[in-house]
Amino acid sequence: MRRAPRHSYPGINLGEDHASAHKASEVVTFGFWVFLMSDLVYFGLMFAVYITMIDAQAGGPGPHELFDLKSIFAQTLILLTSSLTVGLAMLALKYNLPRARIVLWFGVTLVLGLCFLVLEVRDFMNMAAQGGIPQRSGFLSAFYGLVPLHGLHVAAGCIWLLILGIQLRVMGMTDLVMSRVVRLALFWHFLDLIWIGIITIVYFGGLAYG
Amino acid sequence: MTSTDSAFFGRLTWDAFPITGLIQNPSANEIIANAAAAIVIVGVVAVVSVLTWFRLWGPLWRDWLTSADHKKIGIMYIVFAIVMLARGVLEGVVMRAQQAAGPGDGFLEPEHFAELFSTHGTIMIFFVAVPFVFGLANFLVPLMIGARDVAFPVMNQIGLGLTVSAGMMLMVSLVVGEFSTGGWTAYPPYTGAAFNPGVGPDYWIWAIVVSGIGTTLTGINFAVTIYKLRAPGMKFMRLPMYCWTIICSSILIIFAMPPLGVAALLLAADRYLDFHFFTNDLGGNMMNYANLFWLFGHPEVYLLVLPAYGIYSEVFATFSAKRLYGYNSLVIATMSIAVLSFTVWLHHFFTMGQSALINAVFGIATMLIAIPTGVKVYDWMATLWRGRIRFSVPMLYGLAFLMLFVIGGLSGVILANPTVDYQVHNTLFLVAHFHNVLLPGVLFGLLAGYNYWFPKAFGFRLNEFWGRVSVACWTLGFLLTFMPLYFVGLMGMPRRSFSWEDPSFHPYMIIAVIGALVITCGLFSILIQLWVSIRDREQTRAPVGDPWDARTLEWSIPSPPPPYNFAIIPKVTERDDFAAAKERGEAYPAPDAYEDIDMPRNTGIGFVLCVFSGIWMFALVWWIWWLAALMTVLMILAVIIWSFDTSTEITIPAEEVRQDHEAWLALVHSTPAVDRDHESAPENRGLARPDMEAVT
Repeated sequence: MRRAPRHSYPGINLGEDHASAHKASEVVTFGFWVFLMSDLVYFGLMFAVYITMIDAQAGGPGPHELFDLKSIFAQTLILLTSSLTVGLAMLALKYNLPRARIVLWFGVTLVLGLCFLVLEVRDFMNMAAQGGIPQRSGFLSAFYGLVPLHGLHVAAGCIWLLILGIQLRVMGMTDLVMSRVVRLALFWHFLDLIWIGIITIVYFGGLAYG
Repeated sequence: MTSTDSAFFGRLTWDAFPITGLIQNPSANEIIANAAAAIVIVGVVAVVSVLTWFRLWGPLWRDWLTSADHKKIGIMYIVFAIVMLARGVLEGVVMRAQQAAGPGDGFLEPEHFAELFSTHGTIMIFFVAVPFVFGLANFLVPLMIGARDVAFPVMNQIGLGLTVSAGMMLMVSLVVGEFSTGGWTAYPPYTGAAFNPGVGPDYWIWAIVVSGIGTTLTGINFAVTIYKLRAPGMKFMRLPMYCWTIICSSILIIFAMPPLGVAALLLAADRYLDFHFFTNDLGGNMMNYANLFWLFGHPEVYLLVLPAYGIYSEVFATFSAKRLYGYNSLVIATMSIAVLSFTVWLHHFFTMGQSALINAVFGIATMLIAIPTGVKVYDWMATLWRGRIRFSVPMLYGLAFLMLFVIGGLSGVILANPTVDYQVHNTLFLVAHFHNVLLPGVLFGLLAGYNYWFPKAFGFRLNEFWGRVSVACWTLGFLLTFMPLYFVGLMGMPRRSFSWEDPSFHPYMIIAVIGALVITCGLFSILIQLWVSIRDREQTRAPVGDPWDARTLEWSIPSPPPPYNFAIIPKVTERDDFAAAKERGEAYPAPDAYEDIDMPRNTGIGFVLCVFSGIWMFALVWWIWWLAALMTVLMILAVIIWSFDTSTEITIPAEEVRQDHEAWLALVHSTPAVDRDHESAPENRGLARPDMEAVT
């Protein structure tokens, strides 16, 4: 096991010779963690709203009619894989692999993120075709308040990947860019975490109790 | 969308302007509405004219709007808060006048009265108390912890921009359309599309959402600043008490603003997209709204009052010339209040149908908060005990607070009992209670802080006489306005009623409106105080920086502080480090060497987002979809373009720092020190004679 770098701060996964980037990242990364905590509260509340409204189907279609677990399984695999690829980008950064390697893994992550979004939107369209639109019931409102909120975060992450990929090429491996890569990776893993909550509570919970 | 909507202007028509109503139906109600709109327009024209006449646009842009300096951002927050305070107070006076004009219907239409209490509450909480608290915190926290700026200076600027643009929506609602009539809590289903299809609730929603985002950014900023940017040796238990209260407030913001955002956005989904979160039909459940709103709303109260507690702690210690009594217990009490504040939200709706057991649990949790608060009150009194007390303006605010706040707190304990709450809920008793904690608690604290730190910000002291007049007016006005409301509340007069019939209420209503006028005098005496102080500033200059013989680090530097705050980052060895250094005769040390200082460069991103978000909100309120979409894209693009900017810092050379600092040190050594008996005399140039009692 490699020794932790001298300027190591908890939660910042940079390499031994990135001392100045470490220092530059310390405050912003901590701040980003705090932001994620606040964002987590948003999701937590939306989960709570969903749970309280799981029975509020008002005679409309419920989880059993609407949820397509095969598609959810595919989305889960795609999103977990994208977490792996963003992790590989982080490792490429940490061990000073060529910059093109980071950009490559970013590209793969972006494609996976977009695939996830396409499948998710397709699910929504299928649900809508069966009458599962948010205007139909409180339950569907809660569903569409929560799951697309995660999708919106993934979309924001995709824009971020694209912009940061460009910045990697234009601005080079500056401390600022490295620190942004660290934060983007955190954000992407956070999205994965939320998704685990969504399949457990929204889909499995919905099917079990809805 | 109805058939009258146009693609270009959405649902905006000439009917939205109050002048149309005046032409069609001239009445006292319409005249007041038009006068309010006229004040906004005249105010804007006056500001624009003054800026143009004195050629101030350039300096305003360069020195203020684009500045990322935490001190300037703090001052801008406070200016904004005072402007909004003026509107909030005047609305309060109109409401008291309406109720004093009874029995009967008074002179306002019911909808107009409802708009008034909705804007009054929304403004006073979100656009007076919050920006005032943030303004002081912005100015003070880096100075108190020995830092050169906050952790995220640009994010700080963006937070200000979003708060101001959201506040502007309340001003715009006076001129175009109308504001919500649903109170500051905006409970659905009343505020839903079925009962309130107009623009009012939409103004409320977007103002709340955007200012909430700004507040969250600012909360994150302060938490990170205090955790990460403390000077060497500034351990947590050496922090000034005020910084402790700001940490707790920041934690409250980080966890309590999301529920407000969720509540408002879900209400927006109901109104704009026909969702069913809170509607009466198709499975909507308004109790989710009540829970979400108060899950935010109760911590909000404490995120406002805790910083005021911090201000009082500093003021009592300084003007008693004593170390703050019971520092550890105050820290623990502050943290306890912060944690407990998340466990009591249900007491805002005891009567909304949950079981007696649940009410009892939340009632007991609410009463528990009185314990740490009581600890604080005793600690403050013990700080005063045998201190060498000076009755300066901040101290007078503090003493008024100590006496009046205890009454407000005790009425809170009464309300915490669900059985009592069933009797008095929705009466003026409640209005009296929360004004009793918010005025003496929050507002007096903020005004005390404004008087206390003003010389630090501008280099001269505020006028003592007009300060005392304002204390007297606010205190007397508060007593006259709100004490009668306790009685009429117990007699059963409901809150938020534009009309009443029982003649026995009348004397109380008359006393209350007189009190409101006295409060207005308090407001004006603050403005007169500012004007007189600027006029006489040569007599009150205190450039050395320590006019009150104070204790914390911000007083150890020049007034006003240089952009980089500290020429040399101080090394802290104990609590109240500056007081101890003065005691030892080691204050104002000359450093051996200076170094270059990197400071954040000016940027326009905060102002750009302020303007874009303002237009975005207006477009959403009036269903001008193309404009809302355009603004969304522009805001995202602005942030992306800004993220490509790499020259975000400027370097101040060590030589310049050395020259400025040595000039100031020379001033320190050539200035005669004054003792506390001459604190308010012109010879107080900001150097305190070390006549403090031994640090106990």
